[in-house]
Amino acid sequence: MSDKILNRFDPEYQPAKLYEGYKSTILRAPSKPLVVIKQSLSELTGPIFGDMNIKPLDHDLTKNSVKNGEPMGERMVVHGKVINEKGQPIPHTLIEIWQANAAGRYVHKVDKHDAPLDPNFVGAGRCMTDAEGNYHFYTIKPGAYPWGNHPNAWRPNHIHLSLFGPNITTRLVTQMYFEGDPLLAYDPIFKSVSPKAREFMLAKFDMERTEPFYALAYRFDIILKGPNATPFESL
Amino acid sequence: MPQTPSQTVGPFFAYGLCPEQYAYDFTDLVDNQLVDPTTHPDPIMVVGKIYDGNNETIPDAMVELWQNDGEHKLFGRFGTGTDPENRFIFHTIKPKSVHGQAPFINVILFMRGQLIHSYTRLYFEDEGELNATDEVLNQVPEGRRKTLIAKKQGSVYELDIYMQGDRETVFFDL
Ligand SMILES: [Fe+2]
Repeated sequence: MSDKILNRFDPEYQPAKLYEGYKSTILRAPSKPLVVIKQSLSELTGPIFGDMNIKPLDHDLTKNSVKNGEPMGERMVVHGKVINEKGQPIPHTLIEIWQANAAGRYVHKVDKHDAPLDPNFVGAGRCMTDAEGNYHFYTIKPGAYPWGNHPNAWRPNHIHLSLFGPNITTRLVTQMYFEGDPLLAYDPIFKSVSPKAREFMLAKFDMERTEPFYALAYRFDIILKGPNATPFESL
Repeated sequence: MPQTPSQTVGPFFAYGLCPEQYAYDFTDLVDNQLVDPTTHPDPIMVVGKIYDGNNETIPDAMVELWQNDGEHKLFGRFGTGTDPENRFIFHTIKPKSVHGQAPFINVILFMRGQLIHSYTRLYFEDEGELNATDEVLNQVPEGRRKTLIAKKQGSVYELDIYMQGDRETVFFDL
C-alpha cells in the first residue's frame, strides 16, 4: 500500500479515448472531459495479491494446460522489470497474461478465426514480480490474426498484459508487441499512441537470456505511473 | 520517464481474466463475491448494465470494483458476457463514510473499444445527506451527479453506466 499521490496518465504516452482508426472506440469512448479529483484513501490503495494466489505453473503457459503433449510453436521466455516513472522497481506485483496460440487463434469462444486450436495451449497465465521488480514467464510466440476493423486487417503478434501496481490509479492493461513486426505499421491499436510512445510497447530480442536448446528470449520492461514530485493542490 | 502506454483489453480477455465465470480451463484469481453473501450479516448486491453510444448494452466489458473504507478492503471482477441481460453483478457490503465523505465504491471499466480503462464511482441513493455535502460529488456538475448514484431496491443497488450521450456517466481522472 502506498499513501503517495500519483501522477495522472500522461497524454504524451497514453492513447486518446477516441481514435477513429480503431472503429470500436467511436461508440464506446467517453465523450465528455474527465473530472479531475483528489485521490482519497480508496484510490490510494488497491488489491494486494501474494504468491499464494499463484499456482506453480501459472507462469509457464507452455505447461499449464498440457493435455497430451507440448504446445505447438516457438517456445520463449519473456522477462523484464516493472518500474515506476521515477525508475523505482515495483516489487511483488501481479501480472496477468493472455494471448493467442502460435496459429493466431484464441481459446475464447467468440474467436471464429479459421485457424487451429491447440489442445495443449490455453494461453492464459500469471506471475508476480520479485523483490527487485523482475518478472519472467514462459510461453509460445503468438501468431498474428485477422480482425474486422477494416478490410484485410491483421493484428501484429502480441501478448496481453494486465498489471495492478501499488494502487488502483496505477492499474494498466497493455499489449506487448515484437520489435520489427511488419504488421505494426498497419495496426490502429498500436498506432493509437504517439510515435515516441510506441517503442515502449516493443519487446526486444534478448540473446543473453535465451535458453540453449530450449527457448528464445525477449525483454519487456513496464513503466507504471509514479509518485508525483509536487504535492497535489487541493481542489 | 515515460509511461508504458495502455492498450485495449480487447474482446478475448475472459479466459485470462475471468476464466471460471466464463467456464474456461484456468483458475480464477478473483470473482464477483467481494464478500460471501451467505455468511455475511449485511450483504448487498451491485448490478447494472453498460450502454454504448447507440444505447445498446455492451456484452463484452469487464468491471472491477474496489472499496476501502479503512476497515474493509474489497476487490471484485466480473465480465458482462455471462448474464442473460449482460448485467454486471457483485456481492459486497456497503462501505462506511471516511472523513465525512459519502460512502462510495470505485468502479473500473475495461472493454474492446476502450484504449484505456475508465474510472467512475458508485454512490448510494440512501445516503442523501452525505451525498449532498460530498466533496467529489460537488465537483461534478449538478445535472450529471445522478449518473453516479445507484438506486436502491431492498439490498440491491442498481447503476447503469452510459459511455456516451445525454446520460453519459461521469468518469474521473485519477
Ligand atoms: Fe489480442
